[in-house]
Amino acid sequence: MTARPAVQRAWDDRVRDRSLRLGRVALVLGARLRGKTVAAADVVTLLEAVIESRDRVCLEGNNQKQADFLAEALAACNPERVHDLHLVQSVLALPSHIELFERGIARRVDFSFSGPQATHLARLVQARKIEIGAIHTYLELFGRYFIDLTPHVCLIAAQAADAAGNLYTGPNTEDTPAIVEATAFRNGIVIAQVNEVLTTLPRVDIPADWIDFVVPAPRPNHIEPLFTRDPAQITEIQVLMAMMAIKGIYAEYGVQRLNHGIGFDTAAIELLLPTFAADLGLKGKICAHWALNPHPTLIPAIESGFVESVHSFGSEVGMEAYVAARPDVFFTGRDGSLRSNRALCQTAGLYACDMFIGSTLQIDLAGNSSTATLGRIAGFGGAPNMGSDARGRRHATPAWLKAGRERSGTAPCARGQKLVVQTVETFREHMQPAFVERLDAWALMEDMGMALPPIMIYGDDVTHIVTEEGIANLLLCRSSEEREQAIRGVAGFTPVGRKRDRRAVENLRDRGVIRRAEDLGIDARLATRDLLAARSIKDLVRWSGGLYDPPPRFRNW
Amino acid sequence: METLEFSFASQPLPGAGPPAIRGVVGSGNLEVLIVAAPKDAACHVTVHTSARGFRDIWHAVLEAFATRHPVGQLDVTINDMGATPAVVTLRLEQTLAAFAEGSP
Repeated sequence: MTARPAVQRAWDDRVRDRSLRLGRVALVLGARLRGKTVAAADVVTLLEAVIESRDRVCLEGNNQKQADFLAEALAACNPERVHDLHLVQSVLALPSHIELFERGIARRVDFSFSGPQATHLARLVQARKIEIGAIHTYLELFGRYFIDLTPHVCLIAAQAADAAGNLYTGPNTEDTPAIVEATAFRNGIVIAQVNEVLTTLPRVDIPADWIDFVVPAPRPNHIEPLFTRDPAQITEIQVLMAMMAIKGIYAEYGVQRLNHGIGFDTAAIELLLPTFAADLGLKGKICAHWALNPHPTLIPAIESGFVESVHSFGSEVGMEAYVAARPDVFFTGRDGSLRSNRALCQTAGLYACDMFIGSTLQIDLAGNSSTATLGRIAGFGGAPNMGSDARGRRHATPAWLKAGRERSGTAPCARGQKLVVQTVETFREHMQPAFVERLDAWALMEDMGMALPPIMIYGDDVTHIVTEEGIANLLLCRSSEEREQAIRGVAGFTPVGRKRDRRAVENLRDRGVIRRAEDLGIDARLATRDLLAARSIKDLVRWSGGLYDPPPRFRNW
Repeated sequence: METLEFSFASQPLPGAGPPAIRGVVGSGNLEVLIVAAPKDAACHVTVHTSARGFRDIWHAVLEAFATRHPVGQLDVTINDMGATPAVVTLRLEQTLAAFAEGSP
């Protein structure tokens, strides 16, 4: 037996570090600390005692709920005591998130999505006030919480706590389990802001012994109704594209398990299920199982009996009572309210869905698509996971096999293929072409010194492109030249579309690679808003039997 | 505002009926009026548009329309408020169908 070189070190540095931090809190707060409860007035003192400079900190927030009170408290800390933090979090969405960098409290960030702060973020990069580690997908960032980006401290949001520190998140559980799991089980510190303290919780979403401190916030945490699309704004062209998608893709592949993007294009599809799709006899044949937030525009399809199940990333403001009244469809707790979980729903979307369909801003000749525009760093969110083929998948379904066989051609088919569909009108507002020779993402990469262009969905994952001019099936293309002509062939009157090789495009049409509305037996002239199952928010309320309670900004009656 | 005039050779549409009008002059939308004009074999199109500088695209959209359908001996008038080519094409098709059916 050979001697093994033993490392001389302690093996519980993190445990002792945690004790030190908790000890500091006990010291500064003294009798003002009641169990785990810290008064809102003491929150800055708490954060300055717990957090050390250069810590990795996760401020919970995503495109829906936000730990906004704790974010403002962190931004109010003294930068001489707390500085150069490394934020590891889903979004940079609040003004307070930006303030952290402007004040020097935070220095570096690894994140997924910046949405409303995209322009500010780009300015911070150019002013060298921020270092971006990487821009991730949600699932990818959650993964790194358990590998190399585990938070030292996380600041989270819940609906309610009890005296012991158990948390009730209500319908918006979202990212909380993933963040708390990573932090609590690696001797980090978990601080929760709650809207109320209750004697008995409706249900326990996070157990008390994973939580260190609870701060009753002076106002409820912010929640953004991001997935509410007013049917009144859906255009005839979106109706036409929805008709083509339903007949040319949903029906063709028998898509039963899917995720929809956030825009009006997919809202139009949801609202055509009880009308156009039902008339085609597709009820029971498509759209049974969803990885989707509770979209108000899905209500008519649910009420018409199309939908068997919906698992959600988060909730949607106003949908609480409707969801609670449909427990056969949604995942609900023993208390009756929705239980969402972003990490698990992203996994479901990646591995258990046969189709993703969503819109984008730009598509290039290889089919790469991007929502990046110059001067804005918007990030990705979940779309790259939803919109990609999971190469680790092994179970087969008819839709997945059919797509795999189309890709394989005459070669034996050893794997299926997820359907990844991009649906875009060829020109956006202000006559901006959706089809481009070169994505703005490349210029943004150069401007911002990024390692990679921020491409939302890679061309080799995209299987179909739907425009008002038709559907291009990229699975059937046998060369990059064919692929380019298939894309040009549905790019309408954009410069990219007008540079098509007409003969090649007609040839692709003969082979069914490109299909026009008339090839699908659709009369484009019948594409009117009359086909929508609901034409206003009020119609959605009516479909829900009065259970859907839209936020005030969507009430115009 | 900009006014654009185009002429396209096209097969005549048999059986000219009463004028047909479709669409509305609203943001991102347009109104199309089709009237029989048997004096001339060509299709004449007049476009009044709020968006300046898109003559080239109008030409391409209208030429494709005149190639796809028999629209000779017709006058087409368009009042546009920044509609995309997709909307323009759809509205032209709808108006032509109404004209051919004789439903004003």
